[in-house]
Amino acid sequence: MNRKVMDLWVGIFVVIGFAAVLFLALKVSNFSASSFATTYEVTAKFDNIGGLKVRGPVKSAGVVVGRVSAIRFDPQTYEAHVVLKIDSQYQFPRDTFASILTSGLLGEQYIGLDAGGDETMIPAGGTIAKTQSAIVLEKLISQFLFNKASEGKKDARAE
Amino acid sequence: MTFPYVEISGLDFAYGDRQILSGINMQLPKGKLTAIMGGSGCGKTTLLRLIGGQIKPCRGSLKVAGQEVARLSERDLYDMRRRTGMLFQFGALFTDLTVFDNVAFPLREHTKLPESAIRDLVLLKLEAVGLRGAAQLMPAELSGGMARRVALARSVALDPELILFDEPFTGLDPISLSIIATLIRRLTDALGATSVMVTHDVHESLAVVDYVYFMSAGRVVGSGSPEEIKVSSDPYVYQFVHAQPDGPVHFHYQAPTLDEQLLAGALK
Amino acid sequence: MNMLERFFRVIGSNTINRVWRLGFAARFFIALLAHSGETFRRPRLLLRELYASGVLSLIIILVSGLFVGLVLGLQGYDTLQRYGSSEALGILVALSLVRELGPVVAGLLFASRAGSSITAEVGLMKATEQLTAMDMMAVNPLARIIAPRFWGGVLSMPVLAALFTAAGIFGGWLIGVVFIGVDEGAFWAQMQANVNFVDDVCNGIIKSIVFGVAVSLIAVFEGFDAVPTAEGVSRAITRTVVTSALAILALDFVLTSFMFRGL
Repeated sequence: MNRKVMDLWVGIFVVIGFAAVLFLALKVSNFSASSFATTYEVTAKFDNIGGLKVRGPVKSAGVVVGRVSAIRFDPQTYEAHVVLKIDSQYQFPRDTFASILTSGLLGEQYIGLDAGGDETMIPAGGTIAKTQSAIVLEKLISQFLFNKASEGKKDARAE
Repeated sequence: MTFPYVEISGLDFAYGDRQILSGINMQLPKGKLTAIMGGSGCGKTTLLRLIGGQIKPCRGSLKVAGQEVARLSERDLYDMRRRTGMLFQFGALFTDLTVFDNVAFPLREHTKLPESAIRDLVLLKLEAVGLRGAAQLMPAELSGGMARRVALARSVALDPELILFDEPFTGLDPISLSIIATLIRRLTDALGATSVMVTHDVHESLAVVDYVYFMSAGRVVGSGSPEEIKVSSDPYVYQFVHAQPDGPVHFHYQAPTLDEQLLAGALK
Repeated sequence: MNMLERFFRVIGSNTINRVWRLGFAARFFIALLAHSGETFRRPRLLLRELYASGVLSLIIILVSGLFVGLVLGLQGYDTLQRYGSSEALGILVALSLVRELGPVVAGLLFASRAGSSITAEVGLMKATEQLTAMDMMAVNPLARIIAPRFWGGVLSMPVLAALFTAAGIFGGWLIGVVFIGVDEGAFWAQMQANVNFVDDVCNGIIKSIVFGVAVSLIAVFEGFDAVPTAEGVSRAITRTVVTSALAILALDFVLTSFMFRGL
């Protein structure tokens, strides 16, 4: 086997292999530049995080501004502590509302930030005071059924 | 009798529960060509492998140049092998290298000689076996005899002190046979090497060797110079040298007598 | 009673043989790693093996990847459009390939093409006494012949898996967007939103490296341990392909259960 031809082909092999990995990284997955952007950490406490997962998105006005980096349970207050990593270029006022929303009807859950009007911004390592827990579907359904049942009783008594 | 380069005493070797060699005693003198002869399965190839250090004996002593081979460390064993050449039964040339690269292999691996010096040495070795013109051929393009000559050139590339030949005459035509035999003799003398040849080719070997050991079923059954062997009256040696179909090595494989077997069938 | 006794004895001896062989393979692997230094000190050796295992497998990997992608696209569209979710085709094709099909199928193809070729080469060298000759010339065949082939396989495998996956996604795109008419923007956008680089792509690459080690080790071991006859070598090649396939599928299960738990 001619050495030069072999070297050439191995070189081509390595290059297209590298190109394939690059393709997978950039075009196929969400490995974007912001993955390496600087971020700052902020904590939010929730009564119920529902199906929120680590690495889930943090969105504001529908745009991804950060990621969930850790979910911890506080045994003192029996609350969930969620640590968010927010892109450094975005600052949020202190009275921002953090709620756990679902994409679509049955999709994955994410944290939505509703900016408030306060002039001071949340510092790095700060806490979001106002939070809204996830809506658990079962509770919603049982509430709906309970309401329906009590309505029915009211109608029955009215007659 | 010159100083023995290879000394074997009380050697035993078994593979599992099959005894291959028992109580072998041999002295292979320095600078001489010794043949180890015997029928198939007598253990001569195993003996060669023991000398080369590929396997370890179960009992007894095997010394090469005064060193106990079985007790050598890997580094010392490789040191010994650098001074040993081995010719395999069908050459065992590296099929992906040319004839030239095959012979150059030991030189490139074990010396730091520049390519120009290696080139000269390889061409000289090939010249000694008469194949300098075939240097750029691949092993697949060679005939059996040519392949074996190239392997011979490769085995003497580093001018070894000990050369081992595993059935060098097998499957060769008469011309190649005599060429190989002559080359083996000439190279042994030129290098002053101790050569050990395992073979069952009586005629060619007796013409070139200095001493012969006869083996059968894992034991040494006879030894002597070629002249002594030719006139020996030992039954094993006699049967072998005169190519007789029956003798101590039986013609018939072990079985009950013919009458018994035929009758047993008839009575059914 | 005699049949029963024989039955158990056969199972017992078979198990003991297999365990012994496994132990031998483990010691072989450690010796191989110990002698790997030369492979990296003489890049020529490694280069030749990268060519033999990697470059020569390119065609089968790329073509198979393309066809797998085409089929995924077809079948995926057929099922998804029943639920009005044909825009999720990109996600389906990409995740199937990146997480599972890429490493596994590329691994199986690698075992059949490169693995069997390695076993054949090494087995043949053993049968024609080339390995012994090298050993007698004081050159360790583990370092010169075995280790380069092992590392050539290990390094080629992730590259081939990535190429397979990329070819597959291209095939899925070709069928879905170009031929069937799924919306191109939705195809890529949904894919990018749902394929995570670390969780999916990196895990896929880790899988392919693990498969590469397994297949290469099996291939060199079977060749090295082959009975030195023509029949022995051909049986060793068959064993390489079968054992590699089983190993890939078993390892895939183990790795998947670790990596994709709770995702």
